[in-house]
Amino acid sequence: MIPSCRTASELLSQGQDRPLTLPEQFRLRTHLLICKRCRRFSRHLDFLRMAIRRYRDRE
Amino acid sequence: MEPTPPGASYAAIERERGYLLRYAQLQLRDSVQAEDAVQETLLAAVEGAARFSGRSALRTWLTGILKHKIIDQFRRNGREQPLAAAGDERPEADIVDALFAGDGHWREFQSEWGDPATALENSRFWTAFELCAQRLPARTARVFMMREVMEMPTEEICQELNITATNCWVMLHRARLTLRECLDTTWFATPRR
Repeated sequence: MIPSCRTASELLSQGQDRPLTLPEQFRLRTHLLICKRCRRFSRHLDFLRMAIRRYRDRE
Repeated sequence: MEPTPPGASYAAIERERGYLLRYAQLQLRDSVQAEDAVQETLLAAVEGAARFSGRSALRTWLTGILKHKIIDQFRRNGREQPLAAAGDERPEADIVDALFAGDGHWREFQSEWGDPATALENSRFWTAFELCAQRLPARTARVFMMREVMEMPTEEICQELNITATNCWVMLHRARLTLRECLDTTWFATPRR
């Protein structure tokens, strides 16, 4: 079953905190293939992580 | 033969003060407590400068000391005023519910942020970023900063705060959604300056 955006966003977030299981990875990839919004959200999450570390480390 | 440990000079330690303060401030959200934690760290560093092996970067070494000071402060704060009593988590749960329709779809279209690297070069972006980080509820912010600033694994965070892994992931998810929304509204969705 293809997860909802809400579930996909949870998986994307958890993917930053733990290795996702293979079924989770499969469901998430299937969702991302068809969902532009979650693909954007995924990029935004990557950006947040990068931004906070840049903020922490900037001179 | 072991090389002689080079130690760390006072000037080199003092040069890291700004970095350490920013780190502590993100984590403690209290400038007095942040100052104290950094002061204690610098003191411990100066006293133990000879123990610095030079194998790790000075900053990494100092950050390791600071982490302990911050966690000590969390524990003191926890004894004085448990965070759970702050009762500030509800509005945020509502924020997340507001982002998704009943069927689990996003209510709003995610706006395109363009090349985010451009934002990182803009000092006004960092002001927006600070404001958004400060707006996170205390408990959520603590978990999020432990994860993203201290880069602690979730198991360690759970252990320190005595929460379940699921609880931890829920809070991190909320923190990210909330921060994303705030940056979207206050920076990316507003006309370019």
